[in-house]
Amino acid sequence: MNALMREWQRFTPMERFTRWAVYFALVVTLVWAVRNVEIIPEFLIDAPEQMVDLLVRMWPPDLGHYHPAVHHALVETLHIASLGTLFAFIFAVPLALLAARNICPYPGVNAFAQLLLVTSRSVNSLVWALIFVAIFGPGAAAGTFAIAFRSIGFVGKLLAEALEEIAPGPLEALEATGAPKGHVLLKGAWPQIAPAFWGVALFRWDINIRESAVLGLVGAGGIGVVLDDAINFFQWDRVATILLTILVVVVVAEIIVTRLRAKLI
Amino acid sequence: MQAGAMQGLIIKGLVKEYVPGKPVLRGINLAIAPQGITAVIGPSGTGKSTLLRCINRLVEPTAGEILLNGQDLVPLRGRGLRMARRRIGMVFQEYNLVERLTVMENVLSGRLGYVSLWQAWMRRYPDADIARAFSLLDAVGLPEQATRRADALSGGQRQRVGIARALMQQPELLLADEPTSSLDPRTAVEIMELMTGLSTSAGVPLVVNIHNVDLARRFAQRIIGMAGGEIVFDGPPEALQSEHLRQIYGGEDWL
Repeated sequence: MNALMREWQRFTPMERFTRWAVYFALVVTLVWAVRNVEIIPEFLIDAPEQMVDLLVRMWPPDLGHYHPAVHHALVETLHIASLGTLFAFIFAVPLALLAARNICPYPGVNAFAQLLLVTSRSVNSLVWALIFVAIFGPGAAAGTFAIAFRSIGFVGKLLAEALEEIAPGPLEALEATGAPKGHVLLKGAWPQIAPAFWGVALFRWDINIRESAVLGLVGAGGIGVVLDDAINFFQWDRVATILLTILVVVVVAEIIVTRLRAKLI
Repeated sequence: MQAGAMQGLIIKGLVKEYVPGKPVLRGINLAIAPQGITAVIGPSGTGKSTLLRCINRLVEPTAGEILLNGQDLVPLRGRGLRMARRRIGMVFQEYNLVERLTVMENVLSGRLGYVSLWQAWMRRYPDADIARAFSLLDAVGLPEQATRRADALSGGQRQRVGIARALMQQPELLLADEPTSSLDPRTAVEIMELMTGLSTSAGVPLVVNIHNVDLARRFAQRIIGMAGGEIVFDGPPEALQSEHLRQIYGGEDWL
């Protein structure tokens, strides 16, 4: 009989209150955001008209513009993405080792490495590009460093997480054989994170191809420069060609990355 | 003191406290001859694992001395500690193989204390090590498995690789922490036969933590019973009586 008297509740009163408070905060945020954005009704009403007008100007795309101008810019974009990804890994791997609590047992060092990784992520690649254009002047070098510095945080965070999830047993076993720390990392930790490492590398390269396409808008080289020029001169048929090129490249990169990942993991 | 007395493993006043004031090991004194099989039995949580892990310093002792063939292991740091660990092989309950490496590389890992980082990276182990690894794989009954990945093996096969890795070190002492607890009864017997046989023929003393009292009786020449962080029985298997088991494990309904 006693069993029937007991009452089961999924949430404690405190949990119920917290959930209600979260829902309330969501609604407040939404209302606040809509009021703040201040959509101008006149612009909203003729938007479809403007859009049709733009598409008409874009059609047919000026495919003759592809070679040589767009092609060369595209190759530069691919170089920016690949080199930027490579540089990112050179910095991100040591930072990930320092950030992983099971690899580096000093909380102060972990926190410092995490701070660097967060700093890298908190700045958008366009902002990094503006900074590096100021340092190196306009061109592909600025783009490469922008891509690299934005990627360090992303890559470092994911690698650090992969490191923290590895099984400690094999590391302990290698330590017990008298192996130095470097050997333990190489033969105990690396095999465990290798799939994650290649997965992150390919994924970031894929993202960087897309990101480096827009970096040209702030003068950091690549296909974005040609896009910016075409827009500034209202050559919408050329803009269409460039947008199509970017689309094709992103799709091809996606296909390559998916195939490679299936092979590597 | 005669020279022979310094040989083997001698533990004096070993104390381990994970939390200050709550010792898991309460002053262990133990001398293990330079050969022979010693089984440590006792309930879970009584410090068997801690005792073994203090010997190769995977766990840091709070107080006491651990002498292996005359050298105190407790004060060792850094390089000195690694040199000492090379002399002690260990077999684990969960095998602790590197799953994504091949059987051969797992066995060769037993030599990581001897090769340079570059050699390990390029997989350029000395020819003598590779020959030894092959003969150990034959000895543990896995002659055709060298190029298989460790995660493709069964539990019993993995433990065989674990044993080969430990013997690859050419250790002066072999430690086994519950080596059969994850295995079925038949495989457990096979693994114990293999491990005791190989350590005996290599002349390496073996200290094995084991839950199973029957296996301890069957394979060990000496049994150490632990309860509450202390040694409460120490003698040959024939001397282990029900009253001792009651003292070690408590209660009597299970006997």
